[in-house]
Amino acid sequence: MKEIIEFLQQNIQMVYIVVLMIFLGIEIIGRVPSVLHTPLMSGANAIHGVVIIGAIIVMGKAESGNYVALVLGFVAVVLGTLNVVGGFVVTDRMLEMFKKKKR
Amino acid sequence: MGSSILSICYLIASVTYIIGLKMLSSPATAKKGNLIAAGGMILAIFGTIFLYKVDGEKLGNYPWIFSAIIIGCVIGVLVAKKVKMTAMPELVSFFNGMGGACAALISIVEFDYLYRDHRAMDATLFSNVVPAGHYLAIIAGTIIGSVSFIGSMIAWGKLSGKINDYSFKGQHLFNIIILILVLATAVFTYFSNTQTVNIPFFITVTLAVLYGVFFVLPIGGADMPVVISLLNSFTGVAAACGGFLYGNKAMLTGGILVGAAGTLLTILMCRAMNRSLLNVLIGSFGGSAHSAVGAKSEHGNIKEISVSDTAMLLAYSKKVMIVPGYGLAVAQAQHTCHELEKALDEKGVDVEYAIHPVAGRMPGHMNVLLAEADVSYDKLREMEYANEEFKSTDVVLILGANDVVNPAAKNDPSSPIYGMPILEVELAKNVIVNKRSMKPGYAGIENELFYQPKTSMLFGDAKKVLQEILAALKDI
Repeated sequence: MKEIIEFLQQNIQMVYIVVLMIFLGIEIIGRVPSVLHTPLMSGANAIHGVVIIGAIIVMGKAESGNYVALVLGFVAVVLGTLNVVGGFVVTDRMLEMFKKKKR
Repeated sequence: MGSSILSICYLIASVTYIIGLKMLSSPATAKKGNLIAAGGMILAIFGTIFLYKVDGEKLGNYPWIFSAIIIGCVIGVLVAKKVKMTAMPELVSFFNGMGGACAALISIVEFDYLYRDHRAMDATLFSNVVPAGHYLAIIAGTIIGSVSFIGSMIAWGKLSGKINDYSFKGQHLFNIIILILVLATAVFTYFSNTQTVNIPFFITVTLAVLYGVFFVLPIGGADMPVVISLLNSFTGVAAACGGFLYGNKAMLTGGILVGAAGTLLTILMCRAMNRSLLNVLIGSFGGSAHSAVGAKSEHGNIKEISVSDTAMLLAYSKKVMIVPGYGLAVAQAQHTCHELEKALDEKGVDVEYAIHPVAGRMPGHMNVLLAEADVSYDKLREMEYANEEFKSTDVVLILGANDVVNPAAKNDPSSPIYGMPILEVELAKNVIVNKRSMKPGYAGIENELFYQPKTSMLFGDAKKVLQEILAALKDI
């Protein structure tokens, strides 16, 4: 328990970010019309693809003999890229249809 | 210098996510918002590759990283470009699963580093050498990421019809026990010996995977959108765990933003169905529905209507409301539907669409589909407005929708969808239901609307039927 409090203390900046982002996330979504719920879910899906940064770090710091890290890291980067690229492209495709109608 | 530039890259990226999500809230700016967020993501990715430093050293293994990114890009773009609009919910679920797997793998590799570092040293408790916060970030990322990955894969399989609903007696208790076991082994891992800590860790991973499977398997039919949205926010939280692990603010902001927004979206969806999230998760929607079907099997007769009569009825109406459902999506009939709308419009008929918030397989699914067919925004009516309009409507044309117009949600307390707000189509003068057969809808519940005297059934594939109506209209 003491360790967790210390951890929070050391990462107080991060904790602030977490709390503020929670409010921000709720605030932003609250105003989205239901028409855009599907593209929004898809867009949010692409944004959490930011996890790829972690995969790149894992991959990049793996030593050449550490096959577990190399292989798993490689797979993680592939999957993360899929999430990011696929997510944004699909969202774009969906939104393309909305745009067409604006004459 | 490099690392401060990287910090600025991350700052810009975080801001683009917020702006992107914000712009997604208006149809006019949504596309631009998506591109802005994508730009921020590219900046964050390349910033990490070229500027990130571990203990003062740049990242290595560039050939591996770039080949992985290229493979991911090629597959991602191909899949995303090729998929049909009807398969969109599955695809979002699939990509979400990829993100979850990515988060889980990162945490597993990070754990592996810790394990290797400490295995060589004297045996001691894992908790003595690894700070609790660090372990918490790793184990939370692993568990949430695995559940999100497997859950999304199951949801993907279900939506594309590859996996059927499955539940057994005592499933909820079983799930709760697995969840408790996951948490227990997670704690146990932390207080294990450094020499053997990998064993309880991998048991935790296995249990988490198992939990993911049984968490989504029993949740059926109509609740799938809610589950996907929930898993989406799970992956967000898993990404944020990674952010904590590396002290990476771009991952943290992106992850938490999606986590919070996804949770709220999930709650909004539940509210649209007038059910609590807990009820959705332990409700086993599909399972209980079968008993409801058996309970009331005595119905009146159904009345069929021919295509030419339908065309006649529509042509001489003042006001027509179209209620689209998943059947329309499956038949790819949105373009034909728009043509019918135009043809009726030329004859002076007032045509509007009544959109139920959970029609189709995702919230807003119908809006996307009709948007694809160039249907104008101001013709789409949300549920509350539509329910007012039905009173002055001559004909309601239901195209492949079922559960969202089922009066059982209002009248029958024993029905599993009781309490869900519905489109009250029976207020209109005539109701024409287009379906392929009398089979119950996705939720597996009989619909008494079909047996009401006002209702006429028009059987057939939505696209074919609409084309026939169009042809018949030209002769009038």
